[in-house]
Amino acid sequence: MCTMIAEQIEIEGSGKGQAGWFVVRRADVSFDHPFHAPYEHALNIDFVDVAQGPGVRVAVELSAESARALVASIQAVLARAEAGNFAIPEDLPASS
Amino acid sequence: MQLTDSYQGMLAETVVWPGGRGDTLHAYLARPLGPGPFPGVVLVHHMPGWDSWYFDATRKFAAQGYVAVSPNLYERTGHGTPEDVAAAVRAEGGVADDDVLADLAATLATLRAQPYLSGKVGIFGTCSGGRHAYLAACRLRGFDAVVDCWGGNVVMAPGDLSPKRPVAPLDYTVDLSCPLLGLFGAEDRSPTPEQVAVHEAALKQHNKAFSFHMYPDAGHGFFYHERPMYRQAQAVDGWAKVWAFFGERLATRA
Repeated sequence: MCTMIAEQIEIEGSGKGQAGWFVVRRADVSFDHPFHAPYEHALNIDFVDVAQGPGVRVAVELSAESARALVASIQAVLARAEAGNFAIPEDLPASS
Repeated sequence: MQLTDSYQGMLAETVVWPGGRGDTLHAYLARPLGPGPFPGVVLVHHMPGWDSWYFDATRKFAAQGYVAVSPNLYERTGHGTPEDVAAAVRAEGGVADDDVLADLAATLATLRAQPYLSGKVGIFGTCSGGRHAYLAACRLRGFDAVVDCWGGNVVMAPGDLSPKRPVAPLDYTVDLSCPLLGLFGAEDRSPTPEQVAVHEAALKQHNKAFSFHMYPDAGHGFFYHERPMYRQAQAVDGWAKVWAFFGERLATRA
């Protein structure tokens, strides 16, 4: 843990991991050493369900620039959805 | 030295050994075949976890004539692939310094109890493991030499302290109990060359025996042959310094 820059946020949704789909309960966001991306540090996001153990995880490791572009893209898509009066995620019934 | 007509053999296996706080830990143990006595080395794994690089490194030490043991410091997080377990630890902000020290103290005691041990034990770590190795050499007794490879956060700003890491390792320098070898990259961001200089000044202030080497054209983790940060010439020289240092400090007195 060389930077120790990490946050956890409670979220709702689904992720597809090694064993198939699972209910995502939390996103772990860090800027620290990645396992695969060829950077000393990366913006890492793990979508997890801690109750099912460390192996239930969808992981991405992004360059800082890519992470910022992703954030902007998500915001832009959500803004278009709101402008189009589509049901945005928080309007949908919570998954069981 | 390897000779074409000499016998070489080792035993390498996963063991379950005592950990800190009465727990048990998985550990990877590799040792030369034969009764010994052999010097020992504890390998403290890095932030990416108890992974294949550390298994390789443990066997590498055994091939050099050491009883080498690398404990799984992420044991309490659960089991799975090293990456998944390390990701879970990363999300929790790492492991607590006191937990690591308790596990390393237990590992040291168990290693010292083995019948093939010479009585000399070193400790080696990279990345967060370098930091933990240094911390162990300061706060525990029983290590005869320590190698810190690019351990970040030895020098910590007050704002970086946390319940898991309440005291900067630098502040324990007065208690360093054995000679220290430090290997660093000039392009590293943690530790930066400036932080290494602060560490060096503290070691000099307390009259500690140490040798620091700052490699140009190298950043963090320049031993890691599977990663882009690998630097061949610096790694070869760094390993040579490790063998020379442990060879001198862990040799059994006649």
